[in-house]
Amino acid sequence: MISQEIRKETLPDASGHFGPYGGCYVPETLMTCLQELTGAYQAARRDPEFQKELKHYLKVYAGRPTGLYFAENMSRTLGGARIYLKREDLLHTGAHKINNVLGQILLARRLGKTRIIAETGAGQHGVATATACAKFGMECVIYMGEEDMRRQALNVFRMRLCGAEVRGVSNGQKTLKDAVNEAMRDWVASSGNTHYILGSALGAHPFPMMVRDFHRVIGAETRRQIMEAEGRLPDEMVACVGGGSNAIGFFFEFLEEPSVRLVGVEAGGYAIASGQHAARFQGGRMGVLQGCKTYILQDEDGQIEPTHSVSAGLDYAAVGPEHAYYRDLERIEYAFASDEDVLEAFQFLCRTEGILPALESTHAIGYAMRRAPEMDPDQIMCVNLSGRGDKDVSEVERVLKLEKGGGQ
Amino acid sequence: MNRIEAAFQKAKSEGRAAFVAYVCAGDPDPETSLEVCRTLIGEGTDILELGMPFSDPLADGLTNQLAAERALDAGMNQEKVFRLVERIREFSEVPIVFYTYYNLVFARGVGEFVDRAVKAGADGVLTLDLPPEEAGEMDQACSEAGLKTVYIVAPTSPESRIERIAGSATGFLYYVSQEGVTGERDQVASNLEDKLALIRRHARQPVVVGFGISRPEHVRTVAAVADGVVVGSALVNCIAANPKDRKAILEALSAKMEALTGALHS
Repeated sequence: MISQEIRKETLPDASGHFGPYGGCYVPETLMTCLQELTGAYQAARRDPEFQKELKHYLKVYAGRPTGLYFAENMSRTLGGARIYLKREDLLHTGAHKINNVLGQILLARRLGKTRIIAETGAGQHGVATATACAKFGMECVIYMGEEDMRRQALNVFRMRLCGAEVRGVSNGQKTLKDAVNEAMRDWVASSGNTHYILGSALGAHPFPMMVRDFHRVIGAETRRQIMEAEGRLPDEMVACVGGGSNAIGFFFEFLEEPSVRLVGVEAGGYAIASGQHAARFQGGRMGVLQGCKTYILQDEDGQIEPTHSVSAGLDYAAVGPEHAYYRDLERIEYAFASDEDVLEAFQFLCRTEGILPALESTHAIGYAMRRAPEMDPDQIMCVNLSGRGDKDVSEVERVLKLEKGGGQ
Repeated sequence: MNRIEAAFQKAKSEGRAAFVAYVCAGDPDPETSLEVCRTLIGEGTDILELGMPFSDPLADGLTNQLAAERALDAGMNQEKVFRLVERIREFSEVPIVFYTYYNLVFARGVGEFVDRAVKAGADGVLTLDLPPEEAGEMDQACSEAGLKTVYIVAPTSPESRIERIAGSATGFLYYVSQEGVTGERDQVASNLEDKLALIRRHARQPVVVGFGISRPEHVRTVAAVADGVVVGSALVNCIAANPKDRKAILEALSAKMEALTGALHS
């Protein structure tokens, strides 16, 4: 049920707030640079030349539009809703991340920056950033937790092939959150010549807004495509939520369509009860982390809790502030899928459709497998397949072998 | 007159800048931390800045990150930080300013945090990731409870922001002499005098300078132009060098403090 009228275009407000969430909680050293970025982005957003250039690269370099694929075998096997997959996995570099990276790198050029930094979890954002830096001739430094470098080794090599320097982060939990901390520390010292391409709809204003806007193309295409294919809007849309960039981009076009149910799927990890997960809407509460006010997994004292997910890209203690806002309004619902669900769904999609999904996106597939059989055969579900799983093959093989071998 | 104001006046009357010593509360463990504070006070720090250890200190360099980690590993938490202040108050009236991240304040509840800080005997608070734009609730709670606020001015802050920040800080202004995170540096920024002149055009409150100040010659340069000098990482490194040996820590701190405070008189 929608408890309040949604006016999506009015958000965030001028200082970056989505209701009580969002904002700009950063050290003073970054305030000026974020305010400049906000101004530059607002100007670019209105500039037809910028939009034209971005559209051009999205088409000829990234490979847009992506298809909306009717997953006939999957739908038939599950027996329920007609399932469509939005094929962001077919984009150049293998995930939706390139949409945002192209937008931000064109913006960085307008700002006269010559150096790019980024954080990465699964490595998809890092690969997209390294790729775009190669294309546009920018110096590139990627921060990545050492645990993630291990489980996403292929992507580390890809970034290096593109000429990026990958800096391993060995403090904290050695995952995405720690990589963001290090990227912020770099930026505090380097904002004069450096732009930080934040990879999710997270962090301080204007990032949540800007990243969302660069991904809105996903939902806009989906709307056109489902109207062509089915002549009506879908009944339910599903996307995985780490920071939440693919989900907000996928959902945005439909926020004001009350007939469309929107479901974000978080990482349930081993189990919610165990505390070893990354489902912020299950175990989190409001707080401030890495630039914004949002839902955060934290202890009573305000220390950030360790997280766990089989997917490096969802292994993060905070969620994008716009998601927190729409959750409170009950406009977007949030479910979760466990590591176990995900490993099953990963194999299921390979078997039924010959599609290898990224472990992150597989959370949405895992939810769809539970949900679709509860729906009628004339109902339509659209799932955002936000990335492909080539990067995950060896990690999945390792985990499955461990399972067969009895757990150690 | 509050303790912070009195400390700056005292230094001024002695013809020198105030010395602000920073350590992380609970580093390397809660008991040794009390002795660390006792030593810093005994060696003449005018203001004690106490870091509240946070799991994700994104404005801090490696030295302070590791200090927070040591403290948290040793079981430090917010309540223990407040109790540390209470124990310091048993023997000292040195002004105490918290150096914290906003999630710690927010998790406890802004009003409750501020009240607890005042009750413990703290005098001020610097919230690293809370710019004036987001600080409405915090400023109000501090003003009601009588906790002074400290705000950072950065080399990147243009004059319009300096004016705004100066309008928010009730305790003092903290000029970060170099871009980047906390940590020792070889040199102090060269344009310090001009920057301070610009800040003073808008600031009624004292202006201290910190980040990267670790040697007597740095202290001398800064003390010549600022109302106060903040030394952090150089002191924290005295703890880091030998975290298991309390005696060695306190001796190293005494020696460091003596060398640095000796440079306050130009």
